[in-house]
Amino acid sequence: MSDPAPAIAIRDLVKEYDGRAVLGGVSFEVARGEVFAVLGPNGAGKTTTAEILAGYRKADAGEVRVMRADPWRAGPSLRARVGLMLQNGGMEPRARPDEILRLYAAFHAHPRDPDDLIDLVGLRGVAGTRYRRLSGGERQRLAFAVALVGRPELLILDEPTAGMDPGARSSTRELIRGLRSDGAAVLLTTHDLVDVERLADRVAIIDAGRIVAMGTPAKLIAAGAPRLALRFAKPLEMGELASLAAMVRRGRKGAGVRGELGDRSSAFIEGLAPDPGLVAAVTRWAAARGVLITELRAAGRTFEERYLELTGDSAASVAAPDEEP
Amino acid sequence: MSAPASPLRATAAMTAMELRITARRGENLLVTIVIPAVVLLFFASVSVLPTPGRPVDFLLPGALALAVIATSLVNLGIATGYERHYGVLKRLGGSPLTRPQLLVAKMAAVVAVEVVQFALLIAIAFGLLGWRPPPGAPLSLLLVGLVLGTIAFAGLGLAMAGGLRAELTLALANALFLAFLLLGGIVLPIDQLPAPLDTLAAILPAAALADLFRAAFGASANVVWSVVVLAAWGIAAIAIAARTFSWE
Repeated sequence: MSDPAPAIAIRDLVKEYDGRAVLGGVSFEVARGEVFAVLGPNGAGKTTTAEILAGYRKADAGEVRVMRADPWRAGPSLRARVGLMLQNGGMEPRARPDEILRLYAAFHAHPRDPDDLIDLVGLRGVAGTRYRRLSGGERQRLAFAVALVGRPELLILDEPTAGMDPGARSSTRELIRGLRSDGAAVLLTTHDLVDVERLADRVAIIDAGRIVAMGTPAKLIAAGAPRLALRFAKPLEMGELASLAAMVRRGRKGAGVRGELGDRSSAFIEGLAPDPGLVAAVTRWAAARGVLITELRAAGRTFEERYLELTGDSAASVAAPDEEP
Repeated sequence: MSAPASPLRATAAMTAMELRITARRGENLLVTIVIPAVVLLFFASVSVLPTPGRPVDFLLPGALALAVIATSLVNLGIATGYERHYGVLKRLGGSPLTRPQLLVAKMAAVVAVEVVQFALLIAIAFGLLGWRPPPGAPLSLLLVGLVLGTIAFAGLGLAMAGGLRAELTLALANALFLAFLLLGGIVLPIDQLPAPLDTLAAILPAAALADLFRAAFGASANVVWSVVVLAAWGIAAIAIAARTFSWE
């Protein structure tokens, strides 16, 4: 029954607006039953990627296949198999959620029951309220329900959890996990790192139109060079940072300290694998200086730290200066 | 495997939604229902206008033409412009509903509103203004006018809605409505207009439509010229709409 071809296959995707490259050669595949996240800062090309896959835009170069079809040329039969959730809703302000859901259900041969969906996304209380009176989170939940109504084999969700309250976020993630176990493929764009950590089987981190890292979230975190992360109760003096750097370098070849530009309340000891001796030396140094360490982590990075490194926000960090002579 | 619904079911659901939303758009009911009725009642009751024969015989076809313009140009154009603005058209474009199905649904909703308008205007003329359909009048021309007029004015409305900002479509549709009311042989015969306005009016689709409706009620009018003018506007407007329409 199930088609072995990937739900999405794109290769060397290029898209320019007015001569400005928005996508500079993006390639990835999304398998059936996989949740694939495209993560990146604003303007990285996430929405453009989603819109090309949804058939709204034509790629300038490269190959795009959505369930073997070219979405730009595809007709209603492909659109019936793909559930879309765009940014900014796109719903008639005077229509009610139950009416909108029934309308979209009528476009499909075997839709889900709109009434069940209303309950599933928690819109029962506002089912008869005009769209324009819904909150941002309610609009998002409705858009999500509309994406589900046709029993899609592939969901393309552009920032699905944006604007939702924590409860709706969590239940939306639960629903997406349920769809995956039913065999649907899911492509979602996000800049919510929690979406990625809790939901994604694989993630592509995209920055300035290029994929800078791709893999399982765990692998991406592990791929970062080992380091020791420190947080202090109050920002270090410049001299304290320099003293810490000097202490670390003593007898440890290649080691260095980085602080965050403008905020010296955290620092990273890089260039060597953390060991018990290093941790002891750092705490001894802190005790001698009267510096309180509030967090010390030797277990690698959080996903957020890794993400910031990969998307070039590390420009905001600065190497600690050498100790004054 | 997920498949699209039958075209009939999808189109019927979309038509029902269009009608529901039209009924909720209070400001558009004013221009579609109230203004043509008021124009008919007011100008038939106060004989300020140099119309030939009884005023109602001239004004009823004019009011019917105004009703078509209000619904297919003003109402459809503005509504579609805002749907585009709100991303409604874009979202529909990503669903299995096809563009021809959406177009048919919009046209069906427009025609349904026009039928209500016609019934109301004819009832006013019949009940309040003593109008009677002349015996032997070629009433089938009403249908020809309804179809050709709807295509021409809806084409103009969609050409504006698909290429201009919603606010601009709103302003332009209302300006055209006024221009057609004054220059379209609706309340004032175009031979009463000063040159060169009379020549301009003769090639506007409004006058052609009003004349076609007058012919349907037995007046002598150049039916062929009216049909040619309306068809030419219809073809031109649809060609422009098809070229310039974008979803966002």
